[in-house]
Order: sequence, then structure tokens, then C-alpha cells
Amino acid sequence: MATEGIGASVLRKEDRRFLTGAGTYTDDVSRPNQTYMQVVRSPHAHARIVKIGSDAAKRAPGVLAVLTGADLAAEKIGNLPAGWQIHSKDGTPMVEPPHPALAHEKVRYVGDPVAIVVAQTKDQAREAAALVEVEYQELPAAASIAQATKSGAPLVWDQAKGNVCYDWHLGDDAAVKAAFGKAHKVVKLDLVNNRLIPNAIEPRSAIGEYDKATQDYTLFTTSQNPHLIRLLLGAFSFGIPEHKLRVVAPDVGGGFGSKIFHYPEELLVLWASRKIGRPVKWTAQRSESFMSDAHGRDHVTHGELAVAKDGTFLALRVSTLANLGAYLSTFAPAVPTYLYGTLLAGCYKTPAIYVEVKALFTNTVPVDAYRGAGRPEAAFLLERLVDLAARELGVDRAEIRRKNFIDAFPYQTPVALQYDSGDYKATLAAALDKSRWQTFEDRRAEAKKRGKLRGIGIATYVEACGIAPSAVAGALGARAGLYESASIRVHPTGTISVFTGTHSHGQGHETTFAQLVSEKLGVPVANVEVVHGDTSKIPFGMGTYGSRSLAVGGSALVNAADKVIAKARKIAAHLLEAGEGDLEFKDGKFTVVGTDRSKTIGEVALTAYVPHKYPAGLEPGLEETSFYDPKNFTFPAGCHVAEVEIDPDTGKTDVVAFTAVDDVGRVVNPMIVEGQVHGGLAQGIGQALYEGALYDDAGQLVSGSFLSYTMPRAADLPSFQQGTNTTDCTHNPLGAKGVGETGSIGSPAAVINAVVDALKDLGVRHVDMPATPERVWRTIRDAKKS
Amino acid sequence: MPTITLRLNGNSVTAAVEARTLLVDLLRERLGLTGTHVGCDTSQCGACTVHVNGRSVKSCTMFAVEADGGEVTTIEGLATDGEMHPMQKAFHESHALQCGFCTPGMVMSAVDLVRRKPDASEKEIREWLEGNLCRCTGYHNIVKAVQAAAKSARR
Repeated sequence: MATEGIGASVLRKEDRRFLTGAGTYTDDVSRPNQTYMQVVRSPHAHARIVKIGSDAAKRAPGVLAVLTGADLAAEKIGNLPAGWQIHSKDGTPMVEPPHPALAHEKVRYVGDPVAIVVAQTKDQAREAAALVEVEYQELPAAASIAQATKSGAPLVWDQAKGNVCYDWHLGDDAAVKAAFGKAHKVVKLDLVNNRLIPNAIEPRSAIGEYDKATQDYTLFTTSQNPHLIRLLLGAFSFGIPEHKLRVVAPDVGGGFGSKIFHYPEELLVLWASRKIGRPVKWTAQRSESFMSDAHGRDHVTHGELAVAKDGTFLALRVSTLANLGAYLSTFAPAVPTYLYGTLLAGCYKTPAIYVEVKALFTNTVPVDAYRGAGRPEAAFLLERLVDLAARELGVDRAEIRRKNFIDAFPYQTPVALQYDSGDYKATLAAALDKSRWQTFEDRRAEAKKRGKLRGIGIATYVEACGIAPSAVAGALGARAGLYESASIRVHPTGTISVFTGTHSHGQGHETTFAQLVSEKLGVPVANVEVVHGDTSKIPFGMGTYGSRSLAVGGSALVNAADKVIAKARKIAAHLLEAGEGDLEFKDGKFTVVGTDRSKTIGEVALTAYVPHKYPAGLEPGLEETSFYDPKNFTFPAGCHVAEVEIDPDTGKTDVVAFTAVDDVGRVVNPMIVEGQVHGGLAQGIGQALYEGALYDDAGQLVSGSFLSYTMPRAADLPSFQQGTNTTDCTHNPLGAKGVGETGSIGSPAAVINAVVDALKDLGVRHVDMPATPERVWRTIRDAKKS
Repeated sequence: MPTITLRLNGNSVTAAVEARTLLVDLLRERLGLTGTHVGCDTSQCGACTVHVNGRSVKSCTMFAVEADGGEVTTIEGLATDGEMHPMQKAFHESHALQCGFCTPGMVMSAVDLVRRKPDASEKEIREWLEGNLCRCTGYHNIVKAVQAAAKSARR
């Protein structure tokens, strides 16, 4: 099985249906007698709803229902909950305002849902939605961190004074102060981590179906975690019995975090279906996605790194303002805190760290986890500061990193995490070698002859993923456990169905998980079917995010396979009339050691279901479930090197080479790992050079379509050079760490470090993201002026 | 409502459509060919790319009536007798797809490129694909797949 098991680049089992147009995405699903929902959204960032006139819409052709926030409130339907509670420095819990599925009395961002129209056809629903007359009394808006923190700023929520949701901190303030007092130099930097729009190419979609006869509900939805959505709908927002709700997330066209969250439309289609007695379908138009999918990042940060004369890092102090948008999305409170502050040690032995994060409400769409979620923000700040420290001390950028790397594990950081394994020096060395770091100056000189400014930048990172040990997460404010489940059903003929609580929306679990089972049970990958995404089929699982699927879900699967082997061993021992301890299990066969007597797993399975000759007291069947709760986070790490060339006349920056060497723990399918890295790099380079969500001062989303929000296109990116430098995770049975987010974590800092390097002779010390041609051109012009 | 007739994936299809009906809506909503996807509303993402009279076209940017009398091929019509088209095979072998949502449009666009320019350079491939957005792959393996398919087409 070596060609199909762990370590083999098995081509994906799921490809054929996608390549032939036979995938089933939510919008491809049509239910008998289906109707269509259109959402009426607020055109204002902040306004009082004076009156909603729905008579004209109700009279329009094909219209079945027009429903508003008042209807929702009258039926006492619940709010969308936040899944994580953060406490402020003074011990008070975060301000947690209500989040109804339809705004009631006030709207708080452009795109806030105020009413729904359900009609026989999609066109009729859209046309009637335009007839809903909402009278607004506009209110002043706070649409950015700058506006929200001004004195006398408009309040998004009356109960959140100064628009502050929480004022959190982590680390040892006194130790940091003491270290700063002794520092040779303090390197300071103000920076922005730009707001991003995830833009999975499949827009969000949902179909709600209520069966009056059985009182069963079915929800098809574009989700990364169907059980989480069922739990939130059942226990919190919609308040229906969980066992009467089936949530199906069929093929999902990319998520990147944005499809983790419980969105209003999931509740609205179910509610509307119950009202009209027919299935109700909603699919976002892209312009709706822009204004209603949770955005990512959006920090304003001041950082200070205290260094000794020899370049040793002494202490780090960070103060961040984080934009959470108008309402708390599902995981939002955790992102700028426990997914950010805890990562500020990076790869370095900095002995004292203190971070403060003030999270703010603004009149913008909610901000939540987007690929990397907090960790790219931490890496960006840290790696910019490290580059500046090298520059201000006049030491080599690679050398200062090497000097400060953590080199003994386990390592307890000053910001709560304990890293289990890593090899940062070797990773850096491999990245420098692959990127031809040593000969860069030749390329810079050659570019100069062509009138181009060439630069190179390094960034290292550590991320915490494999989210998460439930007890630790709970102590930090999580309102859910973060284990994962897997079931293995060995059928009588020896083929296998795997049921996983994780969800694949591009990650290739149907292949990777089949490889794990193939490796463990010695059956061909072709004989293993991986089932996911339907709460009526799979065990309760937490889903896919935070690069957790292999490290947590894969570990559950390995443990379930061990249970299968343990039971099969009893059956095989009985069949072979040998002691269990005398049997060896290898390549799918139990053999009595030292003999040629053996039974295949298929023969054992058949016996388990036709138990004529069977061990006394053993239950028939061969099916096992395991729930795996991780012992610790996992800590992928890596080093990214970007090489850029800038046209000084236009400011246009091209990434001409990009190298990523990552330690993602044990690799199951190298081809899939490389693909995951490629995608992350594109998003990270996108953040560095192209992407940025822009609201104007009135809170209008200026970057509201693919025409105004720059998605990286094929010609905007180079081919990537890649490598892995593996150290196994020490605390899960696979040794896997996770790869889903690595690409987007190291790359923004690598690119901006390269841009700044290209401009260093002009005295430029920082360029904010995205480094668009305009921004770079202005930077060059201003530098030349001064 | 106007009635149109077109050859769709080799079969003759007649349908009464509203004048405003987009080709993609005819394909997806009326004819059940859901392999052609809709990823945007500004003709930017290319997920809906099909072939009309042999050329790649964004089917969200064309009225169904404009295809009257024409020949339309969608992703469902690309394989022959269950055998995937060389471009589909190249995408599979190069791991050029992840979530699969942009894939049908990407494949249809790439097939047209290789037909027009079988010796396209990496730069030309990347520039050709500017009308097709992918959020998963960083285009790296898509470019490799197109190169592989182009190479086999030249043989």
C-alpha cells in the first residue's frame, strides 16, 4: 500500500465530479416546489428604521411572503450568538449586543438585512424586493477604527461606551517595562493590517425546507461545519429541537473561514419555509457577498521591540485596535485575542511580551476569521519589527533571526503557548538556499541597470492550529468543545465508509482521509469512501477551520482505525485459533507470527457480519467511532522569501520569485500540501499588494465588487518554489500539524519586507498594505522630496 | 416569449425564454446543467465560461436569445463517451483544482486557449486566464495543467 498510504501524492478521488460539472453545490440543489428568497438590505451604515411599507411588494406577482425584523421579534426568534467570550483587563465580560437575523429598529451597516421577500421565482423575488419601502432616519456613522475612537464618536451600540467591545491584554507588563529600561535600542512601528474580503468563488447559499407532517427541518447551506450550524440554530438562534433539524453542507466552493459562521440567511430560509410550507432557496449575488460575508483582519497597531546591542530581543510591547464590525460574528472575539496575542513570540526567544487589544464596534459588516485569522496579523507585525531592528542595528536580516530563534523544545512562550517541536534554523537555511539569497545583490544590480528597484524579504512565522484542546479553549472563553469525530464502517465485503465531522471544501479530505485508512487497514484507496457534510450521516463534529482537519479529525480517524483493528484482532484470533498476542497485522492481513496462516481484514469483516464461528461475548459488526480531543495546539512554522521588482515610474510591484519552506508536521499527501500552500500564498500576496476593503466616511463599501476589489489574477502571481522541513507534532498520533493557513501567514510580511528593501536607499522604512502602485509611487515621491 | 433553438452538447434544444434571460440561467435553471457556475454579477470571475460556436464566452454576459441557432458546449459536454477531455485529465493530474467551483469555467477557457495557441508561453497562459478567478490554487497548478495539456495537444 506504500503507493497509496501516508506520504504518497495520490491523485484526488473527488476531482472527477468537479471536472465534469457533476459537483453538487448548494445552488445546484433544487427542491420540489421550491421558492426563492431575496434579502432587502440597508443602504445606510447607521440609521433608525422608521417604517417598512411592504404592501406593494406583497401585491407583486408571485410574492408569497414579505417578512421584517418586527415579525421576527414578534415571534420571539432568537439572536445569532457569539461563540467566544472575552474578558477585559478589569475582568468584565465583553459587550455582547443582540444580533437578530433581521435588523429591528436600527440598521448598523450597509448590507444589514431588514426584510425578506419570498416569491415563486428568483426574478419575482428580486423585483418585489425593490418594492419594499423602508423609511430610514439616517444617523452619523463610525465606519472605521479612526472614526470609532474619536472623542464624541457616534455609538454603534449605546451599551458599548467609546465603541469598545472589550479591552484585553496578555503577558507581563512589568517585565516588559523593566526590559525596555535596559534596552540598547527600541524599534518602533505603527502599522495597519488591511481589511480583507474572503471571496470564496462560490457565493453563500442556503435552502430551508420544513416538513409540516413530520415537523422536520432540512437546511442545505454553504458551511464549513454543518453540526456547528445545527447546534447554533437549534440551541440559540432558531430554537428548534436539534434532532428535528438536518443540516447538509454539500460540495462547498471554498471557505477560507468565511463559511464557518452562522449567518442570518440560514435562519431566514428555515423560518420562511415554515411560514409558507414550501422549500425556500437563497443564493447571494456577489455584490451581496461583498457586503454580507464576514470580512477579515482590520487592525491598527503600534509595536515596540527592545533589543540589546548584539541584536538579542529583550522584550516586545504591542498595542492593537481591532475592528469587529457592527455585530459579533461567531468566532470574532477570539480572533484578535487568543489567535493573535498568543502568537507574538513567533519563532523567537523574546523573554517578555505584553499585548493590549482594544476591540471596537464600527458601522461595517462583521469581521471574523479569514485564512490565518489573527496569526497573519501577529506575524506581519513581528517580522516587520525584526527587519527594522536588523536595519537599525546594521546587522544581517537572516542573522538576527537565527540568533533569536527558539532552538530547544518544548518551549514555553511568555504568551501562554507551549511549542512542542520545530527546527527553525534548518527551515531558514533551506529557504535562503532555495531563494538564492546569497546571490541576490547581483540580481538587484542587474535590475538597477534596467531602471527597476529590486528587493528581497524574509519572514518567518509560527502558527497555532489543530484547534483546539477543549479544556484550554474553554478556559480562554470558547463556548464549544473543539474535538473532532470519525467513524469507520467496515462493510461485510471489506470495503469501507468513513464518516468524518470535518468538512472538505477544497482540501481533498476524500483522498487524504482514504489514504490514512488505506495505510492503517491495508485496503486500497479506491475501496474507501469518505462521507462528510451531512448531519444525518456523520457523527457530531466541529468542522473544518484553523487548519484542524488532519491534526484533529485525522487523529480521530487513526484512533477509530486502531479500534477497528483491536476488534478485528479478536475475531481473527478466534478464526485462526491463536492468541491475540500471536497475531501480527500488516498490509491488511492478520498473520500468526512465524506461520503462513492468515486472515485478511475482508475475511474478518465478513465474519463480523456473518458471525457463525465467532468469539463468545463479542458483538457482531465492525464499526468504530472515535472522538479526539487534542492535547495541545499544533505549531506549524516556516520561512517565506519574497523577491520583488518595482517600477519607480509607476510604483507597480511585481513578485518575481517566491519561496516557501514550511514545517507542517507529517505530510500525508505532498501534492495536496503543496496545493494548500499555493493558495495561501496567493491570498497572502493578495493582502500585501492588491486587496483592501474600503469604506468611505459615511460607511459605504467602496470596494463592493470584483471591479473595485482587486483579487489576485493569474498574471499577478509568480510560480512558487516550495519545500518542507518536517518535524513531527509530538502529541497527536499522526504527527501532523496542519497546512491550511501557512501560506497566508508568512507571505504578507515577506512581500512587504522585500518592498521596503527595494526602497531602502530612499530611506523608506515602512509601506502599508496593500502596496498598490499608487501607494508605492507616492512613497517614492515623498521619499525623494524629503 | 421568444423561442430559440440551439445545439447544446451535441443535442438540439428548443426553449421559450424571456428576452432578458441570460444564457447561464437558461443552462442552470431551465436545462439543469448546473456544472456551469455563477460566481459574480459583474462578468469578472469566469466561473460561467462555456463555448459558443467554439469560442469561450462568459454565459452570464450573453442573453440566451443571442445563442439562438448556435452551438453551445458546457463542461458537461466536454468529455466524450465518458472519457475526460485532455484538459480535464491535465487538471486532475496536475492537482489544478481544489474546491472545484471555478474549475468548469477555467477548463472551458483553457481549452479555447490551447485551440487558439497551442504553444502559449507561461506568461501568455497567465494573461489569457485573467478573466477567470480562482481563490484556492494560486493558479500555480492551473498553469502547469494548461502547459501539460498544450504539450499533449502539440504531439
